[in-house]
Amino acid sequence: MKGSGAKLFVKALMEEGVETVFGYPGGYAVDLFDELYRQDSIQIVLPRHEQGLIHAADGYARSTGKVGVCLVTSGPGATNLVTGIATANYDSVPLVCFTGQVPLGLIGNDAFQEVDIIGITRNICKYGITVRDRNDLGRIIKEAFYIAKSGKPGPVIIDLPKNIQTELGFLDYPDEVNIRGYKPNINVHIGQLKKAWKTLKNAKRPLILAGGGITRGKAYDSLQKLIDKSNIPVVTTIMGRGAIPTDHPLYIGNTGMHGTYASNKAVSECDVLFSIGTRFNDRITGDLNEFAPKAAIIHIDIDTASISRNVKVDIPIVADANIAIEKLLDWVEPFETQKWLEKIKAWDEENPLGMKKGKGMNPEIIINKINEIFEHYTVVSDVGQNQMWTSQFLKMNKERKFLMSGGLGTMGFGFPAALGVQIAHPEEYVISISGDGGIQMNIQELATAVVEELPVIICVFNNNYLGMVRQMQYYFYGKRYAATCLRRRSSCPSNCKGPNSACPPYTPDFIKLAESYEVLGIRVTSEEEIEPAFRRALMNRKKPTLIEFMIDNEELVLPMVKGGNPMSEMILPTGKR
Amino acid sequence: MEKRWIALYVENEVGVLAKIAGLFSGKSYNLESLTVGTTEDKTISRMTIGVKSDDITFEQIKKQLNRFVEVIKVIDLTDVPMHRKEILFVKVKNCTTHDKTELFQIANVFNVHVSDYGKDSVLLECMLPDRRNDELIQLLNLHFKTIEVVRGGSVAIESISTSCI
Repeated sequence: MKGSGAKLFVKALMEEGVETVFGYPGGYAVDLFDELYRQDSIQIVLPRHEQGLIHAADGYARSTGKVGVCLVTSGPGATNLVTGIATANYDSVPLVCFTGQVPLGLIGNDAFQEVDIIGITRNICKYGITVRDRNDLGRIIKEAFYIAKSGKPGPVIIDLPKNIQTELGFLDYPDEVNIRGYKPNINVHIGQLKKAWKTLKNAKRPLILAGGGITRGKAYDSLQKLIDKSNIPVVTTIMGRGAIPTDHPLYIGNTGMHGTYASNKAVSECDVLFSIGTRFNDRITGDLNEFAPKAAIIHIDIDTASISRNVKVDIPIVADANIAIEKLLDWVEPFETQKWLEKIKAWDEENPLGMKKGKGMNPEIIINKINEIFEHYTVVSDVGQNQMWTSQFLKMNKERKFLMSGGLGTMGFGFPAALGVQIAHPEEYVISISGDGGIQMNIQELATAVVEELPVIICVFNNNYLGMVRQMQYYFYGKRYAATCLRRRSSCPSNCKGPNSACPPYTPDFIKLAESYEVLGIRVTSEEEIEPAFRRALMNRKKPTLIEFMIDNEELVLPMVKGGNPMSEMILPTGKR
Repeated sequence: MEKRWIALYVENEVGVLAKIAGLFSGKSYNLESLTVGTTEDKTISRMTIGVKSDDITFEQIKKQLNRFVEVIKVIDLTDVPMHRKEILFVKVKNCTTHDKTELFQIANVFNVHVSDYGKDSVLLECMLPDRRNDELIQLLNLHFKTIEVVRGGSVAIESISTSCI
């Protein structure tokens, strides 16, 4: 039987088990949308901007482990995906993005809405290809889904010229994939693992560093077994936060730029650092010469290229995190870590995590309320202070999940990604936490939330500033708040050093904005109003609720290590260094 | 920083060369030479890549190349006996009769071929290891006023009898 390329496209999605396509139509994607219109099993979600679209697909993929599917038109439709592709690539999220393209015969003519999206995204995706022959279409889609979700997952782009969409051809969809240059290895090299165990078992001050690879590799249970069996304390990267329950007695906290005092101390003092699924990003290591100076480093990662790139590793192990940990469990025995744990505890008591009290409502208090009111949730933060506070104070375990853009740090990610999560999990409490800066980067998705009837609880921490940068200006740039005040108008004095009574009002009024979208808007200005606001949101299960928390302008994320400094040089809440 | 060589088998597809070249520019690796051509199997191309790097970066380059779906095989030629040649054309212009005689002698010594000849120009066609080509260019630059150089980049293949380089 023969049919159009568009027909095969829809058949392929069905065979891949796709239930939701995040799509925005256009001139060179309309054939594909027409074919989707003729069936009922795949739902099309129409976000209001392609960037919001791909972040929603990303949230969908992160929260389900399934491949997120994007469908957009050529030219601007495709280029609007770019930030989202880079975001997904950095955090290893499986996506398949279909972009319309001008007919093959017009490519190179600077035709209307022609852009070389494969060229543009070459360095920020796992794989990208333009379909040049209708006979290859089925194979290419099959390979795309396989590449996106296998090995270290990532985004794949398929560029579909208009004539391929309409050309008649066979409708067969292959069962198997065979790519000669792509054979991802997940199995662990037992020799290396034995070597790792030999080093680890002699450790006096062992420490586990868990990264995002635990989540991607679904190694949550095996990691917990490893920790419980061995008594080894754990620190996490922010992508790894939640890899073990945050209230687990052996969990110390986040490490890195905004890590806890005890965690960063533990990394500096440990004698074996057993790291799993982390890239040793500069936000984790600080000054590389002084990172874990006393430790032998063992590193498990699925990506060969992540090993010994930033940090020189003593024992590299290329493997899927879960498979490696499961194997290790056969040998692991309890460690005598009592003294080591006491030392860590003393550090934590010396400089515990927590925000300054007495200024009324602060982000710690708000997030603690979330911990209290909800028993299960997926919280999606944006990027900046809101992300760090959430990461510091949100309670996490298997039922209390946290997603955010870790590697690329994409402002505007949180809210649309939360919509993707809610679409995948209609019954879940999905809470989006953004700053007043980031929420405005994809605010148009309020419409999507309403039309899709998504009861996402949108928390906006409004401090009138781009707070994370403001914080840098506060500490390192003599309080010269260049371009970080969101109340600033052109009539303001040019050398403003902070807010005062003459400041102009904030724009927009988020509550009025919410109401114009038929979203329930609640402004919270004091601690007493927090719980009632969440309770109202809980009653509002057919529509989103936007809660604007008016927080202090000057709140800081602490501890903090200046970029490039050693992790031992922390700025602490008490003001001491 | 050392000069090292990689042979790379890749899918003979649109965009693969751009992808490989883009890796070097995007990650600030020092690409010194890159040549590409099809192999006995026309669906596969082989690249010969010369880079200047330290040990750590070189390891990283190989790993990054291996990550590409389109890369079939990465071969590190650093310590492998191989035959490596680069094609080089040198046109020497404004020659006197004496110059021309000397050029024939140089060609003889360097074992290169005089492939074209005019009233006051000589074209040398060289098939030498890249370092030898460097030396020849240096020599010609020293003794002749106007030379025009076109280099093709190195191609390399592993040796059969293990000794020759």
